[in-house]
Amino acid sequence: MNRTSKLLAATAIVAASSASATELEVMHWWTSGGEAAAVQEFAAAFDATGNTWVDAAIAGGESARAVMVSRLTGGDPMGAFQFNHGRQAEELIEAGLLRDITDIAEAEGWKDIVNPSTLLNACTVDGRIYCAPVNIHSWQWLWVSHKAYEDVGVSVPTNWDEFVAASQALADAGKTPLAMGQQGWQQSGAFNVMFAALVPSEIYLSVYGDKNAEVAAGAEVARVFSAAADARDMSSTSTVQNWNDATNLVITGQAGGQIMGDWAQGEFAVAEQVAGEDYSCLPGLGVTELLGTGGDAFYFPVLSDDAQIAAQSELAALMLKPETQVAFNLKKGSLPVRGDIDLSSANDCMQKGLALLADGALLPDTNMLLTSDTTNQINTLFTEFFADASISAADAQVDFVKIIERAE
Amino acid sequence: MVDTTSHTFTGPHGPKPRKAFSRRNIFLYGTLLVVTLYYALPLYIMIVTSLKGMPEIRMGNIFAPPLEVTFEPWVKAWSQACTGLTCDGLSTGFWNSVRITIPSVILSIIIASVNGYALANWKFKGANVFFTILIFGAFIPYQVMLYPIVIMLREIGLYGSLTGLVIVHTVFGMPILTLLFRNYFSSLPEELFKAARVDGAGFWGIYFRIMVPMSLPIFTVAMILQVTGIWNDFLFGVVYTGPESYPMTVSLNNIVNSSQGVKEYNVNMAATILTGLVPLTIYFVSGKLFVRGIAAGAVKG
Amino acid sequence: MASTRPNQLFRNKSAKIAAIPMIVTALFVFVGGTAWTIVYSFTGSGLLPRLKWVGLDQYERLWDTRKWMISIENLAIYGFSMLILVFVIGFILAALLDQKIRFENTIRTVILYPYALSFVVTGLVWQWILNPEFGVQNIVRGWGWETFTFDPLYNAEIAIFGILIAGLWQGSGLVMVLMLAGLRGIDQDVWKAARVDGIPSWKTYLFIVIPMMRPVFITTLVLVVTGIVKIYDLIVAQTGGGPGIATEVPAKYVYDMMFQANNLGQAFAASTMMLVTVALVVIPWAFLEFGGSKNRG
Repeated sequence: MNRTSKLLAATAIVAASSASATELEVMHWWTSGGEAAAVQEFAAAFDATGNTWVDAAIAGGESARAVMVSRLTGGDPMGAFQFNHGRQAEELIEAGLLRDITDIAEAEGWKDIVNPSTLLNACTVDGRIYCAPVNIHSWQWLWVSHKAYEDVGVSVPTNWDEFVAASQALADAGKTPLAMGQQGWQQSGAFNVMFAALVPSEIYLSVYGDKNAEVAAGAEVARVFSAAADARDMSSTSTVQNWNDATNLVITGQAGGQIMGDWAQGEFAVAEQVAGEDYSCLPGLGVTELLGTGGDAFYFPVLSDDAQIAAQSELAALMLKPETQVAFNLKKGSLPVRGDIDLSSANDCMQKGLALLADGALLPDTNMLLTSDTTNQINTLFTEFFADASISAADAQVDFVKIIERAE
Repeated sequence: MVDTTSHTFTGPHGPKPRKAFSRRNIFLYGTLLVVTLYYALPLYIMIVTSLKGMPEIRMGNIFAPPLEVTFEPWVKAWSQACTGLTCDGLSTGFWNSVRITIPSVILSIIIASVNGYALANWKFKGANVFFTILIFGAFIPYQVMLYPIVIMLREIGLYGSLTGLVIVHTVFGMPILTLLFRNYFSSLPEELFKAARVDGAGFWGIYFRIMVPMSLPIFTVAMILQVTGIWNDFLFGVVYTGPESYPMTVSLNNIVNSSQGVKEYNVNMAATILTGLVPLTIYFVSGKLFVRGIAAGAVKG
Repeated sequence: MASTRPNQLFRNKSAKIAAIPMIVTALFVFVGGTAWTIVYSFTGSGLLPRLKWVGLDQYERLWDTRKWMISIENLAIYGFSMLILVFVIGFILAALLDQKIRFENTIRTVILYPYALSFVVTGLVWQWILNPEFGVQNIVRGWGWETFTFDPLYNAEIAIFGILIAGLWQGSGLVMVLMLAGLRGIDQDVWKAARVDGIPSWKTYLFIVIPMMRPVFITTLVLVVTGIVKIYDLIVAQTGGGPGIATEVPAKYVYDMMFQANNLGQAFAASTMMLVTVALVVIPWAFLEFGGSKNRG
């Protein structure tokens, strides 16, 4: 039934372009400057194979997810789509909507090359592989503007405590000590970074991994909440919404720093800033140097057209090829998913990340531990917390414990 | 009617102003001037911002007229702004919006006018039940119906097609339009209907030969409301079609909500005005007909 | 002047056939969609709808969620203020325009044009104007009033009224046009008679004209209230629900639950609450207002 209309549409496109190559629609929400440049690398590599990348970008993860899920449910799937791997896609796999790409993974030897192996585990359900991990993104970075500190004559902080200590000088000069986008995922993200960096990793794993509510109510977590309250004070003059607008405050020296994932790197690159000269990056807030291993992955819906299926396979294999990995990740500011490639052209910050990756100073990403429902509740909690200085750290912790109790 | 103005239906009714500079007139025009400025201000801001360069915008005064007029943001918004890899601005989306809006407006008006006509003149048993449900439907937020509609469209094999989207627009435009048409048709003189019946005209005969020719004002209102609603729609367009027919609002969202590095407010504003241009033009051109039609469709109930 | 109701069954046949799209829409989309939503609100559906029954769990959680309570409260505040203000402003503007004034067309067009713009546009522009750094506050401070503060979108207490300003700006033009149309529909003799009796203008409006405009008030009410219940885009474009969760609304709660939390069951429970409330209020009212055998003319 729907196939006919799809076929009609497909033939119409083919007739119009009279190309013999297979067109594959790839949907994603990478629309900021650095992100778009990174996607371009995938598209160029895919087009070089004789196929055509049909770009379907929807700004905003929420809108994009609405479209992806509706189209899968509605029986009109795209060729491939970006999704956070981890627990979000489990249901789509169970419903049989996503293609099993184990054969490609085996042919390409992904099991041996993907490092850390947890990335591939996040794509695996019942021993079968359903997604192609394309990068490692870590949240645990503090981006510091050199210009901001030079303007006020304070030395550039090298860890969180120095950062907090220097905040008053910036505030006095009318600058925002900590840039923070007013969106839940950014605020809870910053909290999770403090959580990972300021207290031992066991606490983080116990709360988010084992959903241990007692630990969540404990004194160590209370310390994290009081650090979050500091962050709230320091970011009280930050009124921007989008993360890249906040990053821009750091780039232009209007803000001292920003806690944001390594994707912020892409914005510094687009602005032609040099790591170590114009800005510094402090993994684990310069306190506990470690990285979370979140990341992006591409999923491939079950299709019926053979040419499209072949194109899917080509795209999946291509995404993990060494050259594509290097080109893509340099633009995206993320780390490659394979440990066997040369990234000597990477900048200062990425080298720090690669070193941590090699050392195995790693932590699973919240997306792998928590359902999106729980994540969303935590986001709401921190949206409230950061917007309202009258909510005490202790009260917020009480709500946090409730969420952890309810989490699956 | 003691009406000397150019209004063809009925003129203003308030007490007649006496002197040109009476205190009352100063108050009246003063108030209207302030009100007009308030309503015009945002459009003014949009236009001047879209004509400024980014350095000028950063200086901060959004109310100041541009020191140096540039049309570059307009060119960029129309044909160059990037969303992901596609850098063709709003131009593609514009034509898609045209392709979506025209059939949706036509179909929804045809169906709603027939509904209104049947409800006003040919009331059958149970008609009011369906009409009541329809009115209930007018109050349902679109987000709530998103999923059921996906499933319905899938079941009839229209998910992801332009036809499917046209049907969705028709369905969600139906309640309000049906209400307006029903009110309008019941306000027409009953004698016309009766005379036609005596002449042996049937349902469709009366509809085409008597009702439609007499209903230009209400058709104009329906057209304006539907063009506005459908042209400005983002949610249905993005969820129920594929990228080959995404409407202009999807491009607008991509331009406004994803800054490539620095937010280009001038381009955002130009894109915003460009997107609103079609409904705006229709309003400016047919504003008078709109008031007349609304008068006819809403006054009688 | 009620319209005729032809009795013969066969003559109504074409009317019934012509009404099939309406019947299908009413039954399948509105009733069917509502029923489907209600059924799935008792399930633990996540990213996809699945019949995994969980009883009333979703409702318990819904009413235990602060974001939902704030959403309802905001809708009530916004809805109530909007309803009153939009009618008052719309009617006063219409009455002013009805004074045989010059430039009526121009003024009317200027007041009406915001209705042609999408909420996304409205939200963006008003976000600017209300932004303390470069909007109204900045301008007034530039005039020398250094302590002037006007930042409704950044103050959780009053943020919803920042939304209201934009909503009124966009919606009052349509109400004005409807009211103007209603005023023009009033017989001139009514005014003459009132003047002869020496009744002041405001009294004539309040006690004679407005009651005569009942039908136009009904149509306007439907248009305004449907807009209020559906409010979503304006919030997303203007504040994104912030600061904090100060401007959340029910439709946004539903959408966020669907596509951020991937928790359809919860989204459908919230949807059901909205649908049931609307149904309980609208259906009896609409049936009394539009139904029955009577036909107002």
